[in-house]
Amino acid sequence: MKSVEETRATEPFEFATASYLVLIGNQSATNLFELQQGIADCSDASIFYHTFQSLGRHHFLTEGFSNDFAQWVLGSCNRPALAERVASLDIRDYVSLTELRSDLRRVVAEYCQAHPDAASQSAFETFFFCETAEERVPLGRVAWTLEEFREGLRELPHAALQFHFITSRLRLHLRTNDFSHWLSANLGLEELARQLDQIDIYTTTLDGARDSIVRLVERELAP
Amino acid sequence: MTQAPAATRPAGLSDYVGVVGAGEIAELRALATRLRGRSVQMVNSTAVGGGVAEILTRMVPLLQELEIGVRWDVMTGGEDFFAITKAFHNALHGESFKLPGESFQTFLDYNAQNRARMKFDADFTMIHDPQPVALIEARSGREGHWFWRCHIDLSQPNRKVWDFLEPFVDRYDAAIFSSPSFARRLPIPQYLFYPSIDPLSDKNRELEPEFIAQTLRRFGIDSRRPIVTQVSRFDRLKDPAGVVRAYRIVRRYVDCQLVLAGGGASDDPEGGAVLAEVRTAAEKDPDIHILDLPPWSALEVNALQRASTVIVQKSLREGFGLTVTEALWKKKPVVAAAVGGIPSQVIHKHTGMLAHSVEGTAYQIRLLLGNPAIAQRLGEQGHEHVRENFLITSDIRRHLTLFLHFLRGNER
Repeated sequence: MKSVEETRATEPFEFATASYLVLIGNQSATNLFELQQGIADCSDASIFYHTFQSLGRHHFLTEGFSNDFAQWVLGSCNRPALAERVASLDIRDYVSLTELRSDLRRVVAEYCQAHPDAASQSAFETFFFCETAEERVPLGRVAWTLEEFREGLRELPHAALQFHFITSRLRLHLRTNDFSHWLSANLGLEELARQLDQIDIYTTTLDGARDSIVRLVERELAP
Repeated sequence: MTQAPAATRPAGLSDYVGVVGAGEIAELRALATRLRGRSVQMVNSTAVGGGVAEILTRMVPLLQELEIGVRWDVMTGGEDFFAITKAFHNALHGESFKLPGESFQTFLDYNAQNRARMKFDADFTMIHDPQPVALIEARSGREGHWFWRCHIDLSQPNRKVWDFLEPFVDRYDAAIFSSPSFARRLPIPQYLFYPSIDPLSDKNRELEPEFIAQTLRRFGIDSRRPIVTQVSRFDRLKDPAGVVRAYRIVRRYVDCQLVLAGGGASDDPEGGAVLAEVRTAAEKDPDIHILDLPPWSALEVNALQRASTVIVQKSLREGFGLTVTEALWKKKPVVAAAVGGIPSQVIHKHTGMLAHSVEGTAYQIRLLLGNPAIAQRLGEQGHEHVRENFLITSDIRRHLTLFLHFLRGNER
């Protein structure tokens, strides 16, 4: 029987990166009612930018930052209770932006309905809806074995890590990430895949997540 | 006599590995692969001085190192042209426009002269700011891609000037702004590009502690007591008098010093007046250090920022506020006004503190002076925010992505 380090995958893992252009939209919100409407009307790419992409842009904040909507509700509208609820929507629970939009809209709408006076108060700063256009580029590196995978991970830039580990859910339409998907489907390492999926991207930085993944892979490779 | 650190050679891409990591630089090379051999033309109105020239000076050689052919052309014009464009600049920031009607024709004449002088055959042409905006007339058919990069705040422009400029802007493929709040409703896509700082420039590179200490001695600043600093030209929109008022409140609680370091007083009549006002407001307080620095003071500014305990940017209006970016990069806790592009950088209670008044500014300064652990956490998170979003390497990535996006648009 082959050892883990000798096992060759049926398909290689192809490291890639995604770079994003941020498009400034024509929508904005100056109070919570307008935020509710904006969330309903904006594009999927806008929901993506203010949630999935926001987490990547602010990955170094490991306390109290979840997405742009929650940050604005707290910082500009001073509504901590609503901010907590919006922040608690975990992007790992979503495989489609339609579902995420629906929950965001529901949470904000419930608050607006219960607190109409607060919801119509002007915010300190305007919220501008933006969206992203993605350009994917292969990094020219592939992994056929777990060792090659570990080496690739070590030099992976943040954007690529975010692409494979965070935004992949939307691409795969699965509640997992590219790494776990490959480890499970190509190397049969279901337990390692599960452990990777448990890494909390809200309470660790991208570098911290990478260190955890490398540590778990090394444990798997250890004799 | 202060001994300045030795000048450094221009940085190449590999020099940034130590700042952002090998993976990020490899990623830039991967993004550039599809663009190899393509040509880019940058056009602005000055080769030296000003933020745009500073960015282009660094960006052009780095793009060339990525095997993209970049040409940088500088607009020429007489004093009358630059007087008009200065008036345009102020009007686009919301001030009234008082020049005679023929100014518009003079502006167009200079653009036509430059159009005749320059060659426009690049795959991607990036026109910076309003001065060369009418060069779009040189575009023949739909050849190449033209972008208008606007570095100023257009949120409340003077109607007359904007109505004149907008038809030119509308003919570009896209407009690029430094903050969503600066954008206009336009019939073309508008992209968000943050400006950037170069971590290896004299303004931002690491300095020897001895040089920092020498700089403080030279300006008579006490290194043993807390230093609160605002670096900005002497301009009412930077509210230096407001900073003095905030400092006076802080002084009731903390024995600290205030440094107001900037320039602009010698070549700008209004700057001289503002400097005089600030000196009056300071009332010969020996702990208020008002430093009118010449434009070649990058190392001194760097040293003053690094020596500071808290950095303030109490602007009433602001473009992006690169002095904030510089402070965050140096891991300094920042108290800043929530105006212009500052909230993109200072995420309240995460990467700094936002304030909306003199009293609020004073409170946040006191909080940070009294809580070094909070100050340190904000400084470190601010540094990471800059590393992730506001360094020249991120700016290059945004440019590559834009070019790639439009190139692929052609192929789709």
